[in-house]
Amino acid sequence: MVEFSLWDILRNLLLAAQWTVVLSLIAFIGGGLVGLALLVARTTASRAMQQGVAGYVQVFQGTPLLMQLFLAYFGMAMVGFETSAWTAAAVALTLYSSAFLAEIWHGCIKAVPKGQWEAAQSLALTLSEQLLHIVFPQAVRIAVAPTVGFLVQLVKGTALASVIGFVELTKAGTMITNATFRPFVVYSCVALIYFALCYPISLYARSLENRLHVHH
Amino acid sequence: MSIIDSRVPAIHVEGLRKSFGANEVLNGIDLQVEPGEVVAIIGKSGSGKSTLLRCINGLETFQRGALAVMGRPLVYGDPAAMRQLRQQVGMIFQSFNLFPHLTVGKNIMLAPSLVKKTESQALQAEAQRLLHRVGLAEKFDAFPDQLSGGQQQRVAIARALAMDPSILLCDEITSALDPELVGEVLAVVESLANEGMTLLMVTHEMNFARKVSNRVIFMHEGRVHEQGGPEALFADPQTPQLRQFLASTRH
Repeated sequence: MVEFSLWDILRNLLLAAQWTVVLSLIAFIGGGLVGLALLVARTTASRAMQQGVAGYVQVFQGTPLLMQLFLAYFGMAMVGFETSAWTAAAVALTLYSSAFLAEIWHGCIKAVPKGQWEAAQSLALTLSEQLLHIVFPQAVRIAVAPTVGFLVQLVKGTALASVIGFVELTKAGTMITNATFRPFVVYSCVALIYFALCYPISLYARSLENRLHVHH
Repeated sequence: MSIIDSRVPAIHVEGLRKSFGANEVLNGIDLQVEPGEVVAIIGKSGSGKSTLLRCINGLETFQRGALAVMGRPLVYGDPAAMRQLRQQVGMIFQSFNLFPHLTVGKNIMLAPSLVKKTESQALQAEAQRLLHRVGLAEKFDAFPDQLSGGQQQRVAIARALAMDPSILLCDEITSALDPELVGEVLAVVESLANEGMTLLMVTHEMNFARKVSNRVIFMHEGRVHEQGGPEALFADPQTPQLRQFLASTRH
């Protein structure tokens, strides 16, 4: 029987953790772009469009991420797309994060006082000028901390991609457990790696929050 | 300064009605303000004073009636017409509403640079001149939260003036200020009045209304209930509602 050292376990987990990072980044950046488009639609488009976006957000917030992954994986196959676990996970997580980010950012825009809009309107600015010069710059400052906070949720959320067979940190942990029969050690390492990824992000979010609130 | 055609009223309001749901806020307002006139609007809270003011630059929509500024009718749903109208009408708010992420100078220069496409050197000089005018020449690079309430409100006045409006709407502009800061803001407004700016102001400062305005309008339950020259109106109110209101404001 082959003996696995702690280093062997950790080394293999770290290799898989790369995919956790990649998946997180894709979901965050892709979700950010889609979320931004949703946000613009929700802020400026017709009422029907606004309600469509609100509905989209509700669907993704009101169903478990696990179901979304399953539906992306099996659903895309059903409509004839050749899906790998990799694309299904990337698509599902992107849509998931787009809904959450759109909602977070929508809240940040709402948090800009009404008087700011009115002052901009009374100065004859157009809607796009109001958004670009007055509302977005203030909303961005409010948004930084919750957005980075959501990234932490997302990194942990990628663990669910393991159930559709995508080999990231959690899936690698399961596989190594099956080979080593040392679940406690393996999953402790897995948890530590997640913590090592997430904790610096949380710290960064907090420092950003402090820095942005000192001065408007 | 813009050229003012004295035959066209600065503000013309006819049969204006507005309701929030079942709540009628404006019950048919007829009002004409001539260029250069200084009009104070007084009345209890809830009488529709602020709503009337906010209808004039399109911050509120009204259901019936007509409104024209410098002869141009207000048309909803026509952004170009609204932009034209708003360039004519400056507004100063109770809560200042300076843009907190921009310096004082940029607060003043933003709208002229976007709307009038004035070039930046002329803008800078104009902003300096306006700041000097409101007594804050040294605050060009300060941020709004570094200023007192009175200073912020004076910057807000300079910001509105930067668009070179024909009319200035003042919505209870000293109500959010500490008593000792009210004077510095009113002094600026008074100097504007003396220079011939058309002013329409909702105010609780009765002494100021009496001193500065050509005409005082008393609003009650969404109507112009009584109006007249300040001396006559304050000294000899004709309606019991105005008498009661004036009594309640004398502490």
